[in-house]
Amino acid sequence: MTAPATTTSGGGLVRRLGLGPVSLRRIGALGRAEMALLLRNRTAAATALLLPLATVALFATFVTADGHVSTGALLATTMFGFLLLYVVYYNLVTTYVARREERVLKRLRTGVVTDVEILVGTAVPALALALAQVLLTVVAATVFFGLPVPVNLPLLLVAMLAGCAVFVLLAVASSGVTRTVETAQITTMPVLILSMIGSGVTGSVDSLPDGLARVFQMLPLTPVLELVRLGWVGTTGADAPRDFVGVLAEAGRPALIVLLWLAVGVSATRRWFRWDTRR
Amino acid sequence: MALPPVVGGPKNRSMNQTMTATDPGLAPPDPTVVQVTDLRRRYGGSGGFEAVRGVSFSVGRGELFALLGTNGAGKTSTLELVEGLDRPSGGTVRVFGRDPYRDRAAVRSRTGVMLQEGGFPADLTVAETARMWAGTLPDPQPVDRVLELVDLRHRTRTQVKQLSGGERRRLDLAMAILGRPDVLFLDEPTTGLDPESRHNTWQLVRALLVDGITVLLTTHYLAEAAELADRLAIMHRGRIVTAGTVDEVVATHPARIGFALPDGLDPAELPALPGAQPPPVGAPAATGGRLTLYTDALQPALTALLGWANGRGLELAGLDARAASLEEAFLAVAQSGGSVEEEVR
Repeated sequence: MTAPATTTSGGGLVRRLGLGPVSLRRIGALGRAEMALLLRNRTAAATALLLPLATVALFATFVTADGHVSTGALLATTMFGFLLLYVVYYNLVTTYVARREERVLKRLRTGVVTDVEILVGTAVPALALALAQVLLTVVAATVFFGLPVPVNLPLLLVAMLAGCAVFVLLAVASSGVTRTVETAQITTMPVLILSMIGSGVTGSVDSLPDGLARVFQMLPLTPVLELVRLGWVGTTGADAPRDFVGVLAEAGRPALIVLLWLAVGVSATRRWFRWDTRR
Repeated sequence: MALPPVVGGPKNRSMNQTMTATDPGLAPPDPTVVQVTDLRRRYGGSGGFEAVRGVSFSVGRGELFALLGTNGAGKTSTLELVEGLDRPSGGTVRVFGRDPYRDRAAVRSRTGVMLQEGGFPADLTVAETARMWAGTLPDPQPVDRVLELVDLRHRTRTQVKQLSGGERRRLDLAMAILGRPDVLFLDEPTTGLDPESRHNTWQLVRALLVDGITVLLTTHYLAEAAELADRLAIMHRGRIVTAGTVDEVVATHPARIGFALPDGLDPAELPALPGAQPPPVGAPAATGGRLTLYTDALQPALTALLGWANGRGLELAGLDARAASLEEAFLAVAQSGGSVEEEVR
């Protein structure tokens, strides 16, 4: 006999979305199994663990080359972009597709576990790895590379959590249009490429014409990284860094865009996600 | 497969109720566990394919109901609606009086499901799979005990992908009963099992039935339905064509008498036999000098035939008299339109 399931109420928004109460015990059981699977799958484990570490090493060379702290910090924050794109988004698209094709999702749905618990439980290891690497990066960058202590750590963490939510939802939706794990390399390209261009991961947005820059600011990764940069160095670009409270004034607009993407993600998920293989 | 005296059964069952299962005289009227009414399922919108076309049946508590049918008859499509995996495009499903799709949370804790294939990550071990599944259930049985029931205790460290097809089916069955369900939905539970494992599974299912668990299963194996089912339905092209107990279903089909036609004998010289029936659709009366007669009164017909042959001093070589079987009933349904393919094994 086991203890009754720990049930927490997800609050008003969760209920309005028809999600109902969520059991952390059930999410934990799925997350634990998923973690074992992630570590057992060499390709996925390498994407999740080695790619971000390699990125950090790359940034380290940047910092030592020009010694400019602000540039180093901006680059280090783009590492978070890679985490969201590869550890969360790409990794989860392949995971959801693999579980669907093995009919694991369908089998889980025959049980007591709810739809939201299945999707969240499957995402647990990816989210845990991403957030652990965020903290590691902040600590390592501060201690070893001499980057400034984050101006507003709560903002930095909230931004990353919101970014995780956006890219989990996009992963759920993308998995619906992906037939096999292999074709995920193609179906994830629109989100990956647009996110990288728009967010400045591959170059500065400032060098673009005004109109194009404004469009890019609306893409999913851009506002997340703006919030991350505000939280860490207190500025998104060349402006003078602000303090803990000052950055909040600038956080409003990107936060609004993130909320819009959460809404887009929920609606895309409802429209495209599939629990079962195609007949 | 070692069976302990009592297999972990549904919750809240009193001693008295358990006894009534083996003593029908004391049994209260069986409440209906599954009620399916005019069920329909269409794939791909209004222009799409209707896989289930108005199916109705009910399953009482402690009963085993089998759905038989050709490939594409709609068995799995029907079962998935009963499991609550999808919304029917027409008709209703009730499990314990509730809608399994809309009232998912209330129904799921009482049902155990085995899908037709797959369902567990290939890279997990048997023990990890069982621990994960148990972690999602409100009141799981001990994992070791359930794995013992399906004879997988020695395979706990093996990855699912390294199990044989039969072992995977047994793991799936173990997970279906792990949550102490009141009703089991099994989609082809013994496909891919060797004969010994199949009999062990039958033994396990019978023990569950004695415990008062209700079972709804689909199967390709007629012997499985004949062996286990209290009642069955034969589906064809989305509809139930025949339903009832095995005896009832078989009784609607004639018995057969076959023999080699003696040299020089014209079939027209044969006497009229009691209860004679025309050959079923698609079954030839004579092939290669062998004659097959159909009757719904086997003993009088056989007596008349043998008396006639004795009187004329004829020997009926290769004489074979057989009551109708489930196989014949099934073939009659399958041949009523469309090929049998590899349905009967």
